[in-house]
Amino acid sequence: MDWSDSPEQAKFRQEVRGFIQQKLPEPYRPKAGEATGEGEGFAGGWQADRKSEDPKRRATAQEWATALADKGWIAPAWPKEYGGAGLSTIEQFIYNQEMAEAAAPSVGGMGVSMLGPTLIVHGSPEQKKEHLSRILSGEVAWAQGYSEPGAGSDLASLQTRAVRDGDEYVINGQKIWTSGAHFADWLFALVRTDPQAPKHRGISFMIMDIKSPGLTVRPLINMGWEHGFNETFFEDVRVPAKNIVGEENRGWYVGMTLLDFERSGIAGAVSYRRGMGEMKEFLSGKGKSYRRQDWNTTRLELADRAIETEVLFNFAFRIVTIQNRGQVPNYEASVNKTFGSELHQRLSRTQSKAWGLYANVWDRTSKYAPMQAAHIHDYVGSVPHSIFSGSNEIQRNVIATRGLGLPRG
Amino acid sequence: MDLGLNEQQELLKNSAREFLENECPETHVREMEEDEKGYSPVLWQKMAEQGWHGLLVPEQYGGAGFDFVDQMVLVEELGRALVPGPYMSSVFGGAVPILEAGSEAQKQEFLPKIAAGEVIFSLALTEPSARFDEAGIQAQATVSGNDVTINGTKLFVPDAHVADYLIVAARSSKGVTLAIVPTKQAGVKSTVLQTIARDKQCEVVLNNAKGTLLGAEGAGWAALAPVIQKYTVAECAYLVGLAQMDFEIAVDYAKERVQFGRPIGSFQAIQHKCADMVTDVDGSRFIMYKAAWSIASGQPAGETSIAVNMAKAWCSEATRRVVAHGQQIHGGIGFTKDYKIQLFYRRQKRAELAFGDADFHRELVAQQLGL
Repeated sequence: MDWSDSPEQAKFRQEVRGFIQQKLPEPYRPKAGEATGEGEGFAGGWQADRKSEDPKRRATAQEWATALADKGWIAPAWPKEYGGAGLSTIEQFIYNQEMAEAAAPSVGGMGVSMLGPTLIVHGSPEQKKEHLSRILSGEVAWAQGYSEPGAGSDLASLQTRAVRDGDEYVINGQKIWTSGAHFADWLFALVRTDPQAPKHRGISFMIMDIKSPGLTVRPLINMGWEHGFNETFFEDVRVPAKNIVGEENRGWYVGMTLLDFERSGIAGAVSYRRGMGEMKEFLSGKGKSYRRQDWNTTRLELADRAIETEVLFNFAFRIVTIQNRGQVPNYEASVNKTFGSELHQRLSRTQSKAWGLYANVWDRTSKYAPMQAAHIHDYVGSVPHSIFSGSNEIQRNVIATRGLGLPRG
Repeated sequence: MDLGLNEQQELLKNSAREFLENECPETHVREMEEDEKGYSPVLWQKMAEQGWHGLLVPEQYGGAGFDFVDQMVLVEELGRALVPGPYMSSVFGGAVPILEAGSEAQKQEFLPKIAAGEVIFSLALTEPSARFDEAGIQAQATVSGNDVTINGTKLFVPDAHVADYLIVAARSSKGVTLAIVPTKQAGVKSTVLQTIARDKQCEVVLNNAKGTLLGAEGAGWAALAPVIQKYTVAECAYLVGLAQMDFEIAVDYAKERVQFGRPIGSFQAIQHKCADMVTDVDGSRFIMYKAAWSIASGQPAGETSIAVNMAKAWCSEATRRVVAHGQQIHGGIGFTKDYKIQLFYRRQKRAELAFGDADFHRELVAQQLGL
């Protein structure tokens, strides 16, 4: 058992740190006395900057993407032959950990994390050729169309219909929670190609230009008053048949492959720890004037959150241990997701509690907002974390049945 | 970076589990609850032959010279099997303080005997104030040369009634002072308390009890700091093993128990409890080993200190949640004396309280975080 880096790991960590120190654009660097926040939020991040109306934000996004691309680090996990960095799991882990330590935004979004790896495994040579390089150059951003109003946790009951018509499919239906579709150029989606087949076996994985005629992206404003996700409507959208990834009606399994990529949750653990450090700094200075008088209970709750963050770190280290030993995590990834998201919610609750009535203030620029109202924003922003990527109820089912061998209900 | 066991640890774990499944079945645990001594000298000797008593003791003193993480692997198995008796007392309350504070002569005299299981030690730390800090040490020590005379009452001393020696923390004019006190003398009177875990915690009344100095006079509290750290992490390891077994028993029960025509483990209400149990057990294991690794690898003092406090704060509460779920999943049968799950529930409380529960350690964490 060893919580420290081997000499090679330490060397790689130094390399990542040095790179960030040199190349991370100034606007992306944490400012003293300001909260960097937990996670990148829904409406923010690199993807939003890339399409921003503000030329400075666009330039910053481009600068960072170029720096990463020059280093070959846009897609740390992809094999080298596809233009990735081909990093080992432990190197990816260190890379992700250090990027999170520096609060550096990740580049490439779902193209890098989901669509690319799927194409690498299941894509045709033409699909790989057309799309992988454009993800790596930051030229094309992707959004995911899986959920539907009637297909959430029970995703396989999705109804969006694709009917073959010559060399094309004609798509009709609706997707929901399409995060970042308003920044995206292309969409990957699960659609039903055989309504007669058992529900998991009539689904296909399809990719399409988001500007296709008949495809409409409509904003869905979240309870934090942000535009992060959307509703996406399909009215006779025509997609070339060659845009199926993998075999027709095997899309469920194609889609599931990508869910097996790195889920250690290390970025979350890092940001929670960093957030607590920032809060402590603030409390020892001007933050005192916002702090509730009767704060001992909150103080001890904060200690609990720090302890729980350690537990989350260890859960992340466990995942990378398993992968580094050449094994595949089983229920462990679900433990990370469940524990991490619930910790996120507890943490933001505890942090905002420290400010008493000042926790009301939502306006980040108000002089009455402690730490730019970061904690109360996070209190709202963390709500969906126990819901997306497989609700925590589904995750617990997975732990119990797949992990512990309990009979399915 | 790697959170798995190495080959030697795997071997130790597997051989310990096999040994204890044979030698320390549930019937033995139950017998020892009613036994006056609370342990079996036969099993005690067999454990010594396995090399367990001296696992941490360097080879030059008759031990096996394993490191502290290895030792925790073994303690986890002891917790799993609920091994009754003075193992923890003798190793962490005897061998460890002597290793930390003993003179060369004391190490040569006592460590080989502890390793061989020939003598039993225990640490007499707490008093009726039930405090874990330096101010809690109020028993009086009078030092003359190497000799120490002690007066006072130590409370919640494990296994004092069967110990050959106590390591007593008392206070002289120079501060907290440690002494090795033989129990077979008129000035030492141990009375066993009836406890929730049916372990053997004692009131020890010291009336002009004679002992010899362990470490320098007045240097006792500093000498105890690493001892208390190790003992605390060992209690965490015991809790991890105990909670792991409780959880496994509960999951097995959920697979077998049928209601409404199906195993109750097919109901989500039960499944989600089981998912929370494994999360708590695994979380306890890693935070415990992180603290053990900090100690074994000599991480900076501040980091080790907070790692230990975090481990005990977490393990104390997480394992309590586990055994509570274990009871709930079992329903009525779990509340009977005959059914095994309650053995774990009652013993969890002892280890939860030992060296401070979550409230105690959480406060220390807050202080060290600068909150």
